[in-house]
This record gives sequence, C-alpha cells and structure tokens, in this order.
Amino acid sequence: MTNDTQTPLLSVRNLRIEFPTRRGVLVAIDDVSFDISKGEVLGVVGESGAGKSLTGAAIIGLLEPPGRIADGQILLQGEPIHNLPHAQMRKIRGRKIAMIFQDPLTSLNPLFTVGQQIIETILTHKDISEKQARQRAIDLLTEVGIPGPEQRVDHYPHQFSGGMRQRVVIALALCADPELIIADEPTTALDVSVQAQIIALLKKLCKEHQTAVMLVTHDMGVIAEVADRVAVMYAGRLAEIGPVKELVQNPQHPYTKGLMGSIPVLGADIKRLVQIDGSMPRLTSIPKGCAFNPRCKQVFDRCREERPNLIATGKTHAACWLYDNQDKNQDNQGNDQDSQDKREQTA
Amino acid sequence: MIAFIIRRLLQSVLVMLAVALVAFGLFRFIGDPINNMVGQEATMIEREQLREQLGLNDPIFIQYFRFVGNAARGEFGISYRMARPVADIIAERLPATLELAIISGTAALVFGIGLGVYTALRRDGWLSHFIMSSSLIGVSLPTFLIGILLIYLFSVYLQILPAFGRGEVVQLGWWSTGLLTSSGLKSLIMPAITLGLYQLTLIMRLVRAEMLEVLRTDYIKFARARGLSNRAIHFSHALKNTLLPVITIAGLQIGSIVAFAIITETVFQWPGVGLLFITAIQFVDIPIMSAYLVLISLIFVVINLVVDLLYFAVDPRLRVKRSGKGH
Repeated sequence: MTNDTQTPLLSVRNLRIEFPTRRGVLVAIDDVSFDISKGEVLGVVGESGAGKSLTGAAIIGLLEPPGRIADGQILLQGEPIHNLPHAQMRKIRGRKIAMIFQDPLTSLNPLFTVGQQIIETILTHKDISEKQARQRAIDLLTEVGIPGPEQRVDHYPHQFSGGMRQRVVIALALCADPELIIADEPTTALDVSVQAQIIALLKKLCKEHQTAVMLVTHDMGVIAEVADRVAVMYAGRLAEIGPVKELVQNPQHPYTKGLMGSIPVLGADIKRLVQIDGSMPRLTSIPKGCAFNPRCKQVFDRCREERPNLIATGKTHAACWLYDNQDKNQDNQGNDQDSQDKREQTA
Repeated sequence: MIAFIIRRLLQSVLVMLAVALVAFGLFRFIGDPINNMVGQEATMIEREQLREQLGLNDPIFIQYFRFVGNAARGEFGISYRMARPVADIIAERLPATLELAIISGTAALVFGIGLGVYTALRRDGWLSHFIMSSSLIGVSLPTFLIGILLIYLFSVYLQILPAFGRGEVVQLGWWSTGLLTSSGLKSLIMPAITLGLYQLTLIMRLVRAEMLEVLRTDYIKFARARGLSNRAIHFSHALKNTLLPVITIAGLQIGSIVAFAIITETVFQWPGVGLLFITAIQFVDIPIMSAYLVLISLIFVVINLVVDLLYFAVDPRLRVKRSGKGH
C-alpha cells in the first residue's frame, strides 16, 4: 500500500470485535484485514457465525451493543471511520456506504409507501426539492427494473413480491450514489429463480455506478458469478483471500478446499461430495493455534500451537502453516499484495 | 372498506341485542317486577290489571322486542326509587362521568405514550429506571387505595384539594360542566389521577415493550443504514409501528375507564353514572341497572368500532388492494 499512489476505497486493518459478556470477553472477529478498491466486488464467504455479517455491520457502524470494535482500523478513502461520533457516521451511512439486508420482506417499513421511504432517504442526503426527489425515486425504480414505476412508487411494501421488494431495497441503497454497498446475503431469502435476477441486477448497477460491493454470502455460486475477489472467513478470522478464479479453481487453505469440494459439479463423475468433519467452534471455545486445526486433515504440531497469518501462496493468500516453508518473514502483507494483484489484473 | 364497515356495524348490532337480552333478563330474574311496583295490600285483580297494562302477559319475545325498541329510543322506564324516567336521570349524570373519563383517558394516553417512548429510547438511563419502578405502583395498587391516599395527602394533610364532589358546575344547555370553574377543575384533579393512573402505567409499559420490539426489527436497522436521522427513525418509523398494537389495548382501556369509573366515583362521591349505578344496586333499582348495562356496552362497542377503523387508517396492509396483483 505504501508504494501505491491510489488508496483503496475501503481498508479494514487488523479489525477485532469483542462482545463483553458476564463470563468474559468473546472475540467475534480477530485480526481481520482486507481492502476493497473502487468498483470492486469482494465476496465474503463462510459458515453461519463466521463473522461475515458482523464485519459488514462494523464497517457501516451499526454494531449492536454490547459488541464493540476493540482494536484495528476501518479506513474509508484513507480516513478512519471506526471511531467517528454518531452524527458524523450518520452522514456516511447511505451516502458513502449503503447496506442491503438479507430479508427484503422485513427490510421495508410496512406502514410507508416505497416512494415515501425512497424520497425520505434522498432528501436526507441530497439538497433537492421534494418534487425532484419523487422524480428521482421513479427513476431509481425504473433502473432497478420495476415495471410501471409511476404507479408503483405509491404502493406499500406488501403489494410487492419478495424479488420486487429486494429491487426496492437496492433502489433505496442506491439513493445517494454510495461508493460502497455492503450486501448482507441479499439473495438468501429469495426464490432460486429470482436470486439470479437480483444478482445480475446488482452486478449491472454496480458496474454502471462504479460502486464497490462487499457481498456477504454463503453461496459460492453467487460469489463465482459476481465477485472479483473472495475472502473466506472461519471462526472470526480470514482463512484465505484472493482473486475469485484462483480461489475457486485452486484453493490453498484446507478449509477452502473443503468448501469447494462440497459444491456439486454437474457432469463431474464424483461419487461422494467432500465433507468437512465436525463443525465450526463456538466463540467461547476457539482452539489454540489455527482455529481450523481440529477439523483439518493436514494438521501438524505447529497448527495447534501458533496462529498462522496470511501467507502468500501463489495467487491467493492463505492463513495456513502449510505454506510457510517458502519464506518465514513473509507475513500479513497479503492484502496489500492482493489489491496490487487485482489492480495489475484490471490494468 | 365499505363492506367491512357494514359487516362490523351488523356485528355491533348483534352484540347490543345480546346485551339487551341480558338487561331485559334482569327484570325477570330479580323477581316479579309487579311486586316492586305495587304495595303489599294490592289485590290479585289489581296486580293482574297492572300486569296486563304493562304488557307482561305478552309472549316473552314480544316483550323483549318492546324493550329493545324502547331502549333504542333511550327509554328505560321509570326508576323505582326516584320515580323519574331513567333516561333523564342518566342524562343528568352522564356529563360528570364523561368529563372525568375523557380527561383521565387523554392524560393516560398522552403521558403513557410519551413516557413509554422515553423509557424505550433511554433504556438504561436512571430516569427510565425510576419511571419503570414507580410505574409498578400504578399497576399494583388498587384504585380505591390510590384515591384514599390522595385524599389523605392533598385534602386532609395539605388541604389544597377538595376531598369529594364535583365543585361548582356551569350549565351549557343540558350538559353540565365542571371544566369552567376553578373549584370544578380542582375537584377533577384527584379523581382523574386515580382513574387514569392504572391505564397510564399500562399503556406506558405496553408502548415501551412494543417500541423496544420495533427498534430491533430489520426495517429500523435498514433505516439506520440509510443514514436517516434518529428523530425520523424513532418518531416516524418506529412510533407508527409501535402504536399499531397499542391502539387495541388503549381503546379497550379507555372503554374501561368509563365503565369502571364506579370505584373512583364512589371514593370521591363524584356525581356520575357510576355512583348512580352503585346506589341503584343497593336499592335494587332494576331499570337504572339495565340502562347502565346497555349504556356501557354501547360505549365499548363504539370504541371497538373506532379502533377497527383506526386500524384501517393506520395499517395499509388491511386496506383493499385496488391495484390487483402483488407482483
């Protein structure tokens, strides 16, 4: 990053999120670092409870108490935003960073028309007249592919289907032309047939608006479809991060390998899918060393003692001691390296 | 919408007919009404004459329909004890009860919602904790005890408020109001507090619980993520959703304020219909009792109807979808 003229849009540095409880402090996110460049789609995958959504919530400043950022930094265009007072953070929310939630059925206030909700959001961020805002609301609805937007703008959320509501949610996220959209499982609650449409729409809009996306999901298919890079999370830590193609075709971390192996491939002659034995540890009992070591087939002594940092492994970076033999000093520079890779790719 | 209103109106009429049946039954179950009207020395012939004259020999259902017909016109016969038309007596007493109920009901709603929202938003503030703990008093102390304590404190000890009665009243047509004189207003304070305190605390606790629930929902999170101001989120998005279930309970509570003003009116000797009802029970004055029964049911039915219509106004999901398909 130091020799980069361009700072990344979003930079998460050594993020640590804690939940103080009666029986001690739970560390939900531990030493997570990654960058997102302008217009880039970063997919974040992992099992439920791996800390994907929590990371998203922390970035937009909506961690629910008692959860708190205990350490690390979140930089937006080089400026720290993790310690901003509420009033200032509010100006970033919606305007610079927007968020899309999992369930479109519950994301919209049932007592207001979609138009009222869109116009309210536009007027919060832009200094335009109500009439202009209404026109913009209609334009946005057109843009997200809602037929008959002039009438639909005055309809209530319950008059829309799930897929249509998620389109409305996307329109709401786009209201103030944000630089980054955090999409927290945007398709999980939708019909499979609708999922593809919503993902295609999100991809198209973000390309047009040059909006970066942090796409949180556990659906590898969605990731493979839209993401430029992928971060794999496990038990609150980054297991592997790298360009989508390399990570899908040639995963390095044993956990990522397991994830990829568990996806059925049409036409492939595989008798059984790979299965990772056991389950992800609870936050209260994360094992010493590598968090994955009790389930790992290639585990050795060091994994049980020392925690691995991200290590460059060809095109991706994996937090695994298997790859430590090349260079002992090379640690935790993965992200900078990564974004560089990415930029070289796009250049 | 119109079909809904008609259906609800019909249901209301059915409820009122059922209540009228009970009120009508009062006359028969509490003994032969003739016994209450004639002296002990009346002969069987005289009794029979009166019976015929009052139509008591007609089939039961005809008598019932006659009762309903009269009740619909506000005629409930003549009070046994006061020998005046029941309708007149109630009309005299009703303003006192309604004024008391409306004042305490409004106060309960305004303060209940206000404090409920405050305690929900400042969940961990010391003032919220204080309000929440003291609200337990309102929920748990019986009404008469609160009334007696207030009388002891403000009338006996401090001697700043009258202990009983309605103070001076001004006659506005047939409506007598105590709101225009200072003694009337002073007299209203303690009964209104006594009557409304329970409702206030109940509404407050309900609003707080609902509001906390609503603040956890996805659409509030999404509203925050869109960068809306706290004021817009709390008072526009959250409050409107909070009040939806509160409307039902609050409506019923307002109804019971009118209905159960009896205790408060007794404690403060408030000259309203509740006090009238208690005296009527003591003297087995059945026409007044049945009229009171019908009147209170009418108030409940009307309030329920208003609540249902309010739901329509507030919740778009109940309105008929004119636009057709949801897709």
